[in-house]
Amino acid sequence: MKKLLKSGSALSALAAAGIIAAGVTATSPVSAQTTLTIVSWGGAYSKSQQNAYHDPYMKLNPGIKIINDDSAAEGLAKLRAQVEAKNVTWDLVDMVAASAITACDDGLVETIDPDRDLAPAPDGTPASKDFLEGTLTPGGTNCFIPQIVYSTTFGYRIDKVKTKPTSVCDVFDLKKIPGKRALEKAPIGNIEWALLCSGVPQKDLYKVMSTKEGIDKAFKKLDTIKSSVIWWTKGAQTPQLLADGEVVMGSTYNGRLFSLIEEKKQPVAMLWDYQVFDLDGWVIPKGGKNLAEVKKFVRFATDTQRLADQAKYISYGPARKSSAPLVGKHATLGIDMAPHMPTNPKNAKTTILFNYEWWADNRASLDERFNAWLAKK
Amino acid sequence: MAAGTAGTNTENAPLMTADGVPLKQSLQRALRQKRRGAFLLTLPLLVFIFIFFVAPIADMMFRSIENEVVGKYIPRTVAALKDWDATSGELPDEKVFAALVEDIKIGRKDRTIGKVARRLNYEIAGMSSLFRSTARRVARLDEGPYKEALIAIRPQWGELETWQLIQRESGKYTASYYLAAVDARFDNAGNIVAQPEERQIYTFLFGRTMAMSLSITLLCILLGFPIAYLLATLPLRYAALLMILVLLPFWTSLLVRTTAWIAMLQQQGVINDLLVLVGIISDEGRLQLIHNKTGTLIAMTHILLPFMILPLYSVMKTIPPSYMRAARSLGATQARAFIKVYLPQTLSGMGAGTILVFILSIGFYITPALVGGTSGTFISNYIADHVSTTLNWGLAAALGVMLLALVLALYLIYDKAVGIDNMKLG
Repeated sequence: MKKLLKSGSALSALAAAGIIAAGVTATSPVSAQTTLTIVSWGGAYSKSQQNAYHDPYMKLNPGIKIINDDSAAEGLAKLRAQVEAKNVTWDLVDMVAASAITACDDGLVETIDPDRDLAPAPDGTPASKDFLEGTLTPGGTNCFIPQIVYSTTFGYRIDKVKTKPTSVCDVFDLKKIPGKRALEKAPIGNIEWALLCSGVPQKDLYKVMSTKEGIDKAFKKLDTIKSSVIWWTKGAQTPQLLADGEVVMGSTYNGRLFSLIEEKKQPVAMLWDYQVFDLDGWVIPKGGKNLAEVKKFVRFATDTQRLADQAKYISYGPARKSSAPLVGKHATLGIDMAPHMPTNPKNAKTTILFNYEWWADNRASLDERFNAWLAKK
Repeated sequence: MAAGTAGTNTENAPLMTADGVPLKQSLQRALRQKRRGAFLLTLPLLVFIFIFFVAPIADMMFRSIENEVVGKYIPRTVAALKDWDATSGELPDEKVFAALVEDIKIGRKDRTIGKVARRLNYEIAGMSSLFRSTARRVARLDEGPYKEALIAIRPQWGELETWQLIQRESGKYTASYYLAAVDARFDNAGNIVAQPEERQIYTFLFGRTMAMSLSITLLCILLGFPIAYLLATLPLRYAALLMILVLLPFWTSLLVRTTAWIAMLQQQGVINDLLVLVGIISDEGRLQLIHNKTGTLIAMTHILLPFMILPLYSVMKTIPPSYMRAARSLGATQARAFIKVYLPQTLSGMGAGTILVFILSIGFYITPALVGGTSGTFISNYIADHVSTTLNWGLAAALGVMLLALVLALYLIYDKAVGIDNMKLG
């Protein structure tokens, strides 16, 4: 009897499952909606993408629903876990160029043919010519679809410095600008600045960095300010430290400084000297379930107008040459955005472009040395 | 009487139950059924623990020695290198170079050569661009001699070091990650040597993590003991109020508490402002209380304090006050009575608190990352960095396994010294 009851309940469970399954198959064609999961950085950056890309695209394509996932900071690790588990739930991931190189090398993302996959400029220039030089192939890889050029640069408290800093080398001059400064807790960028301020000409930077003496020299320069540095790991830290008066100057992403100065109205000014350019863009995970739909979206979201639109919401420079003249006013503040772009000629008198290939080679060993240098007094 | 015979001569006359089955058998069956029932009840938990706890840890542990990339993606080169004597002082012959060219061509097409490049770059900086730039140019290389051609592309192909590395890392398993985790490496001859001075970091970090966790545990005992004592001895309504003061921060999010400490401790923060206002320090001489060791010690002690107070309190609650009174009436001073009578009875709670706080703090991650600056970060911060940024999961796994082994070793020492059975969690 017990057995009979058991099998009976099993049967009814089966039937229930069947009904549910039938329900699912019955309803899914009706909704006919494709959901794209797009991974980005959250905060103001995701909002700018929502306004410039996602919302217009969903309006044009009622069948597409875009879901934001704000875990780009762990994008590389999570993407690798998904690909290894053969269960890729992400459709598109926002990454900085250095991470995209790693992802491409590891075969985690799709390769791109710019002229086939990306829209040409309005005047017909193919995408491969329209994107800024080298931005489509960082480190010799071909998976990266750049959106913006951002820079890591310095901001300083106008009211807390006696003399205004004019050069990036003032960061290393404790006499001219006494007080704490915030630097990124990573060798990348800091090594370049330290060497420039030790008298190495810019064209020789990476040649000098390839020698042990060169790296020693950089650390020696960093030694001179080590006791006055607060090291940051998240882009939001420097604006907070500046606002609290904890530091007199500090490096961070230029968009963060823009928001601190123009939106939060803090007494802070930009020091664009030798800003370090970097790229941020899309990669398409390998094995994603909506490959065709995602490619359509990417084609739309990286066209000339869309990239220019994003600059209305955040002060990062579009990666297409043809977008630059279309950059207008800030959507809510109503101020002209062009003077706040890192790519604006006035701000870009002196700039550093990362040598991605060099960093791909040396990042691991230099990170170790940098961390050892930090940990030991 | 019957039992007596059964006891002396079981084989002839076993005890029977009413339905004729030997009693022993029947009892065993009942016991087995009970056990099976109990097992089935815990089965969901066991499955859960296995899937979400044991299996991932085992997988991570395996990654710390796993090394299939090189052998899997440049198999021809590895096979051809088998006959090469790494100590001969001569480069491998043409056959090896030809195999490598073929491997790289296929690897470029399948997009697997990047994996080899990244794997080898962990050992020698520069391997990444060596493989990738060679891959870009080797496509046009259709006929030999490949040796000269490859060396012309990148001179590193003419260096013994490169080939010794490939041969060394071609096995299925490697000790390289563990060596890296203790600041050592293989030299070109395959001997284990220390990393160059300026790259030694992990042993130092392990030491610092241990030292700071110990300090935090001691601070928790020092601060937690009096509070637990008060909680256990105060009249109920005051004790309840105090308990809320202990539990309220305990229930608050870790991040919120950490951020609150940043606002309190920073140079323009509440504590420094107060000290300047009172005149203890000058405006220029504001104390650096955060972004260093001090910051981590203060914030983590505060966060972990409840884990010390609660077990202590639960033990102290059970100590009858009459014991202390008895000791006093027998002539002991207050201090002697406390040390000889009261303190030993709290040891089990203190042991539980100590082990909880210590093990929790050794793996702490977010608080040291936010308030630790450079001198107050833990090994866990570097493990996280290898998992999420550098994607060197082998090294992260090796560091993690070492941390796990360290905790287990300490646990065993604790068990030997104090006895784990004496521990009371509540």
